[in-house]
Amino acid sequence: MDFYLTALLQGLCLSAIALGVYLSMKIFNIPDITTDGSYTLGGVVTAAMLTHQQSLWITTLAVFIVGGIAGALTGLIHTKLKINALLAGILVMTALYSINLTILGRSNVPLLNTPSIFNLINITGDSNQNSLIILVVIVILLVTIIGYLLKTDFGIAMRATGDSEQMIRAMGVNTDRMKITGLALANALTALSGFMMTQFQGFADINMGIGIVITGLGSVIIAETLINWLKITSIIWSLALVVGGAIVFQMVLAITLSIGVDANLLKLITAVFVLLIVSLPRLSFRRQND
Amino acid sequence: MIEIRDVYKIYNKGQVSEVKALNGINLKVDINEFVVIVGSNGSGKSTLLNTIAGSVMPTAGSIILDNEDITKLPDHQRSKWLARVFQNPLSGTASGLSIIDNFRLAAIRTQPKGLKIGISDQFIKQVKDKIATLELGLEDKVNQQMGTLSGGQRQALTLLMSVMDSCKILLLDEPTAALDPRSANIVMQTADKLIKEFNLTAILITHNLKDAYTYGNRLIQMGEGQIIRDLSTAQKEAMQQNHLFEWFS
Repeated sequence: MDFYLTALLQGLCLSAIALGVYLSMKIFNIPDITTDGSYTLGGVVTAAMLTHQQSLWITTLAVFIVGGIAGALTGLIHTKLKINALLAGILVMTALYSINLTILGRSNVPLLNTPSIFNLINITGDSNQNSLIILVVIVILLVTIIGYLLKTDFGIAMRATGDSEQMIRAMGVNTDRMKITGLALANALTALSGFMMTQFQGFADINMGIGIVITGLGSVIIAETLINWLKITSIIWSLALVVGGAIVFQMVLAITLSIGVDANLLKLITAVFVLLIVSLPRLSFRRQND
Repeated sequence: MIEIRDVYKIYNKGQVSEVKALNGINLKVDINEFVVIVGSNGSGKSTLLNTIAGSVMPTAGSIILDNEDITKLPDHQRSKWLARVFQNPLSGTASGLSIIDNFRLAAIRTQPKGLKIGISDQFIKQVKDKIATLELGLEDKVNQQMGTLSGGQRQALTLLMSVMDSCKILLLDEPTAALDPRSANIVMQTADKLIKEFNLTAILITHNLKDAYTYGNRLIQMGEGQIIRDLSTAQKEAMQQNHLFEWFS
């Protein structure tokens, strides 16, 4: 049971990435793969600051800001230099690898006796259950804040930017600035996932972000399938399903491992799984049309 | 009100594919004028409208609004004074957003979009009342996604959205081109009603000569990037509809 609880906890840690990818991909319609870099960035900044006796709050703030800067850079390259969003993301992601290595100093830093969000409060004796409560609170907080943001005037303008650029420019919105803000927010959330995961697993690793974007994409696609299937229009519920998608994703991986699949094949299985959930709705749709 | 001085727009300058879309346009539109622009395809009508809106920057010349040079301002900054209805119904509204979300954006077109929730019960009621004036039965569907409506309904709503916030000039770029005759009629009548009710200055581009004859108080014909004819209110009223057809024969 503990095995699945760990998967659930990982899912919650990674739900911030899923929310970030949901913002960039679904709200702004921009394929952003800065994610791999900004997730690791969040992790290495957490490790570097916590091992240098910085407080948790300052660390959280710093992680959010550096993640935001990474996203804003991708946004600036994409909008101001008119470079394809995918390429802009790859450029920033590649550059971040060196920056992450410089911040971390070496390829792996363990967190020993450092403050952690999981030690903030002790409700139950079981550390996993305690972590669960803390993560649930954080995720609910994130969903509520993003849900509120998307309902504000600013949020409506955000959603319209990814929907009809011509319309929203005619409504007086600077779409370039909006996209930069959106990518900054998405990557700040991604970095926050790195922050949570580093503390959860007890170390930061330079390679922790490799292929993590697929986790976010997979979670969002699972959520999207459910959103379409259940015909959900409420923003809060859509966000909640994105979090659900992240959990389902980790659960599937946990089940795969538990039935004895070689851990070396995990990335292959991840890719095949995402391919499956992307293609399944289309396959069944085609049959209906025949 | 708005003045276009010696505006040129040349695409691919110096190349074989050079196109002179606007070839020295001078036009002064006064307050409360409803200008209708006709002209064959490629005569520069849409380019002219886009240079006024700011989505196309002129190669030379200047655009003056109320004695202020706005030539260099991008489109999203000109939206303080301008509202637009596009040829494609999809361009004027956001499909994935609800009707009420679209109206909220329109209601704050000239204002910054801040971090407060602007859609209150009172706002919803106000929008419903406005939509009811269209008599299209859409007032009970404000939470429906814009994408579920027909092109005609969306164009009518786009028109209504343009007067949700202060609007000095209304730019209509073939608003009925993609619509069936009945919807086109509704949209044109709505436009005419709103322009009169809110004393708007309006510029309409149309290929429909009947509309060009029926609506507006000034008529301009464009050709090869220049203004060929410019009829004042009196001249337009004195004109017969078949004269208009002769312009294009």
